[in-house]
Amino acid sequence: MRRLLKRFFSNLNFSLGFVLSFVVVAMALVSLVWTPYNPNRMNPRDRLQGPSISHPLGTDQYGRDTLSRVMTGAVNSIIVGLVTVAIGLTVGVLLGLAAAYYGRFVDEAIMRFSDLLFAFPAVLTAILITSVLGPSMINAMLAIGVFYIPIFARLTRAVAQGVWQQEFVTAARASGIGEWAITRRHILPNILSPLLIQGTIQFAVAILAEAGLSYLGLGTQPPNASWGRMLNEAQTFMNLSPWMAIFPGVAIAWAVLGFNLLGDGLRDTLDPRMVKVR
Amino acid sequence: MPLPSRPPAIPAMTRYFVKKAITLLILLFLVSITVFAVLFALPGDPAQIILGINATPETLANLRAQLGLDRSFSAQYFGWIGGLLTGHSSMSINYDMPVFDLILSRLAVTGPMALMAMVFAVVISLPLGIYAARRQNRTGDVTVMFFTQLGLATPEFWLGILLMLLFAVHWKLFSAGGFPGWSADFIGSFKALLLPAFALGVIRAAILTRLTRSSMLDVLREDYVRTARAKGLRERTVVYVHALRNALVPVLTILGLQLGQLLAGAIIIENVYYLPGLGRLVFQAIGQRDLPVVRDIVLFMAAAVVVVNFVVDFAYAALDPRIRVK
Repeated sequence: MRRLLKRFFSNLNFSLGFVLSFVVVAMALVSLVWTPYNPNRMNPRDRLQGPSISHPLGTDQYGRDTLSRVMTGAVNSIIVGLVTVAIGLTVGVLLGLAAAYYGRFVDEAIMRFSDLLFAFPAVLTAILITSVLGPSMINAMLAIGVFYIPIFARLTRAVAQGVWQQEFVTAARASGIGEWAITRRHILPNILSPLLIQGTIQFAVAILAEAGLSYLGLGTQPPNASWGRMLNEAQTFMNLSPWMAIFPGVAIAWAVLGFNLLGDGLRDTLDPRMVKVR
Repeated sequence: MPLPSRPPAIPAMTRYFVKKAITLLILLFLVSITVFAVLFALPGDPAQIILGINATPETLANLRAQLGLDRSFSAQYFGWIGGLLTGHSSMSINYDMPVFDLILSRLAVTGPMALMAMVFAVVISLPLGIYAARRQNRTGDVTVMFFTQLGLATPEFWLGILLMLLFAVHWKLFSAGGFPGWSADFIGSFKALLLPAFALGVIRAAILTRLTRSSMLDVLREDYVRTARAKGLRERTVVYVHALRNALVPVLTILGLQLGQLLAGAIIIENVYYLPGLGRLVFQAIGQRDLPVVRDIVLFMAAAVVVVNFVVDFAYAALDPRIRVK
């Protein structure tokens, strides 16, 4: 375990990504029990203030503390990342395993289905879903999660197909081990690393996508804090208080950079082909 | 005895094209069914939305019949898709004009913006990618890679807001959004698209720079590049004539596949800059419950992604024979 950790932390991408994402996760966890101010409490006397000792990141048009809102926005982003990756991972892995195992018609049908889902970028899916069900954070997560299904399905299929052709799988089959047991004992452990890497990267993409949807008003609804929504509100008051448009954007870029680097670091360390190249 | 004549073999490329074209048609059909079915399931009566809550049941029934809303799912679907194929698109509820005309008029904004974004992306990414590859693991390479990571992490709409803050609010070089129209003010319209296209393009450039770099590194390790160097060719000729041409194949593929992301980005950036393009139109149509507009634009965008993927696949196969043999 210590050797594995040493290998991870000797990678610059992983170390930097770990530090950046740790800050985001820690900020989110702290905000669950403490924020400098109530993030939704309005205080008209303190509206549109720049950074100061009492409000380190300033205040918004209702006098709400930006730091407190950025902190609670982190919880929002992490929930979106987790739920969307969970949707994509669960459905995508099942479809990918089925495509790799059954092949032929099932494989073709699942791949065409993933082509179909690929035709709808997350924003377009969100527009469709919102037209039917109305805007909400849950619908935004659904839209992003659905967009992730083909990504995980294709990855699982590609890796699982390779593993099914390995000699140790043929040997396991010959020794009478059932297909499900082979999938559980041999296929799943082999696809775990690529899924972990892809999951981390899609986590970062989900934060970006949710911010975009919330900016459009199709994601998290007011008064709940979301980094994208905060940027939307900031745009109206850009002349009076440019700070409002800076900090939520920095928070998004910080979080996405962190999880992206973490994903890159995991790939450098876990993907044997990459290690060989190095 | 003469040998029986064999039927002429169908070239691999034609077979590949026909197979891909059939898949494309099936996929377009599935895309159209999905869009139609999702919006068909929508709660609420479009006739009621048009006429308002004070409409009498008779006028409602008349309008429903006129719009074809009293027909079955399949009749409505085939009526809609048949109309589109014969050039008769549905009428927008809010704008009272055919959605097709509406899409064409808005494409005059989204199209040039997307094109300008692609130009920005290519102009920035190619030189940077080549530069980084030639200085692999040196300071220049690390710096370029750091900025591409920053680019990948930056939301397009935030970059759009920052550019607006700097160039429109602070320096007052550009207007903070809006679009005068090509015929009214050509230069002004071009200027109005510059910042949003730059915001969209820079983010694409981050991805393309990384790709150009890795593709270039792969090609620079090839034997024919070593041979070209051994022949005594100048380094510039080796890189720009021999290596770059091959390194560009995967870059062009990804450039095409980026269209979906570009359209998604356009929907958001048009709202940042209040540009009357496709993205803003579809976004406003949701609020106005203008379903024919939402349906046709979503179909248009999804179909564009599918068709471009087909063209890219085909072009790739034309360039690389191994793909079509597979």
